[in-house]
Amino acid sequence: MKNFSTRAAYFFLAPALSAIFIFFFIPVIAAFIISLTDFDIYALGDYSTVRFIGLSNYLELFDDPLFWTALKNTFYYVIAASPLSIAVSLGAAILLNSKLIKLKGIFRLSYFIPVVTTLVAVAIVWRFIYHPRFGIMNYFLSWFDINPVDWLGDPVWAMPAIILMSVWKNFGYNMIIFIAGLQNIPEDLYEAADMEGANGLQKFRSITLPMLAPTTLFVSIITMIGFFQLFAEPYIMTQGGPLNSTLSIVQYMYQEGFRWWNMGYSASIAFVLFFIIFIGTLIQFKLQKSTR
Amino acid sequence: MKKVFLYTFLIITSMITLVPFIWMLAASFMADGNASVFPPTFIPDPFTFVQYKVLFERLNVARNFFNSLFLSVTVTFISLFFNSMAGYAFAKYRFKGKNQLFNLLLSSMIIPSQVTMLPLFLMLKSMGLINTYMAIIIPGLANIFGIFLIRQYVMSIPDSLLEAARIDGATDFQIYRRIIIPIATPILVTLAIFTFLGTWNDFLWPLIALTDNSMYTLPVALANLMGEHTKDPELMMAGSVVTIIPVIIVFLVLQKYYVRGIMMGSVKE
Repeated sequence: MKNFSTRAAYFFLAPALSAIFIFFFIPVIAAFIISLTDFDIYALGDYSTVRFIGLSNYLELFDDPLFWTALKNTFYYVIAASPLSIAVSLGAAILLNSKLIKLKGIFRLSYFIPVVTTLVAVAIVWRFIYHPRFGIMNYFLSWFDINPVDWLGDPVWAMPAIILMSVWKNFGYNMIIFIAGLQNIPEDLYEAADMEGANGLQKFRSITLPMLAPTTLFVSIITMIGFFQLFAEPYIMTQGGPLNSTLSIVQYMYQEGFRWWNMGYSASIAFVLFFIIFIGTLIQFKLQKSTR
Repeated sequence: MKKVFLYTFLIITSMITLVPFIWMLAASFMADGNASVFPPTFIPDPFTFVQYKVLFERLNVARNFFNSLFLSVTVTFISLFFNSMAGYAFAKYRFKGKNQLFNLLLSSMIIPSQVTMLPLFLMLKSMGLINTYMAIIIPGLANIFGIFLIRQYVMSIPDSLLEAARIDGATDFQIYRRIIIPIATPILVTLAIFTFLGTWNDFLWPLIALTDNSMYTLPVALANLMGEHTKDPELMMAGSVVTIIPVIIVFLVLQKYYVRGIMMGSVKE
């Protein structure tokens, strides 16, 4: 805008940008530098003991079975939970977008409530829901003659249990985005398809899905980024167990950094996480482009 | 027929979604041991407030509640102020490197916050701020998503309005204070809810930065309590209720604004 001085712009930008610069950008760079050192509990007392060790931390990660376990678990979680969560979100959005339905607000609200509630608190609730003897999950399954499952105590079932809870907790968020996306699809596209005698499935495949492509890309990216940061669910529900079957990357980073104070090593784990999220986002963009 | 089927399906699935909360609420009013029965029950018999009494009288959860509330409110106000000024500058001013700066901010949103936690911890430790309120407030002073939301909104305010005020002799700060803030109130409310809920629900950073029970926020206190009371579902459910109720109230009152925030955040330029 004319007449608006640059000085005023800097005045308005200064507080936020200096906070972001000092407490976000500098730490990011510092984390990378720390990841190239052997910063440990001794260094915490005396910084002069820190030595520069190049990429040793990253190389050590390659040979660390626990890191591979955490990586594998996190990938298992992301690869299973993201599509599931997105599919449930889309299904709920389509249902709630139906013209046949009234009282949409109430249904939308009940699907959405888990999103806003405190993760730690609901993880605690679910820990008791999954109780092998008294939990309502096994009680519910007993109606269908399914034998009790030791959800959080069995290495096979612990991760699926966390995935199920995450889908429940998160699908409402993407549902809202999908509803917005659905409402942006011009109605006459469906009318034209109706005239040509298309059925519901055909309309879904040739109108809804392609028109929602940008929304789906956005939703996939934010879901994936969020899910890679899995931490509180295993921390509360399983402590990473049983037999490390739910140990996540962030949890391993937390343990190494803030329980054992191996901060150099921990920082390298954080950067691997960053790298994975970065690559994941690039892949999503590429996939989306190639399907168009 | 199709309608009946749709409604039945919607009602059943909403029930399934809400069951964990209903059970949580029911169990929180049960006496010790009454939630550990098979088949599970949803009716507290006898109905008792004893779990809440234990929480507040013996475990001093009021203090954690205060910490959560104080920090969430403080972070919300400060970051709203900082973000709105920056969002306004990005929306309405021309200065060198503006687009590059804004793109740098946007693309850095992909960096997971966990990356910053180790250096941030060391930084705050050297300033003696670990286990103080400042340890939570400082990383929350401003955030990129907030700046982005406000910029989007302020861009839709017509320049002519601001120029008219300028001709009347208003200073830059007066324009921000008297024109931008009132017009942008809806988006500020949206951002306020996001920030409040985000701070209230945050776990990993408070777990790292706060080190004793009197400073813990509710989620950290609750996680800590869980370690000692794995066999007390009734007490833990009461703790969860205390943690969740405020966010549900804030959300119910202001849900319109919250939903709009999600939609705006998802719209690409």
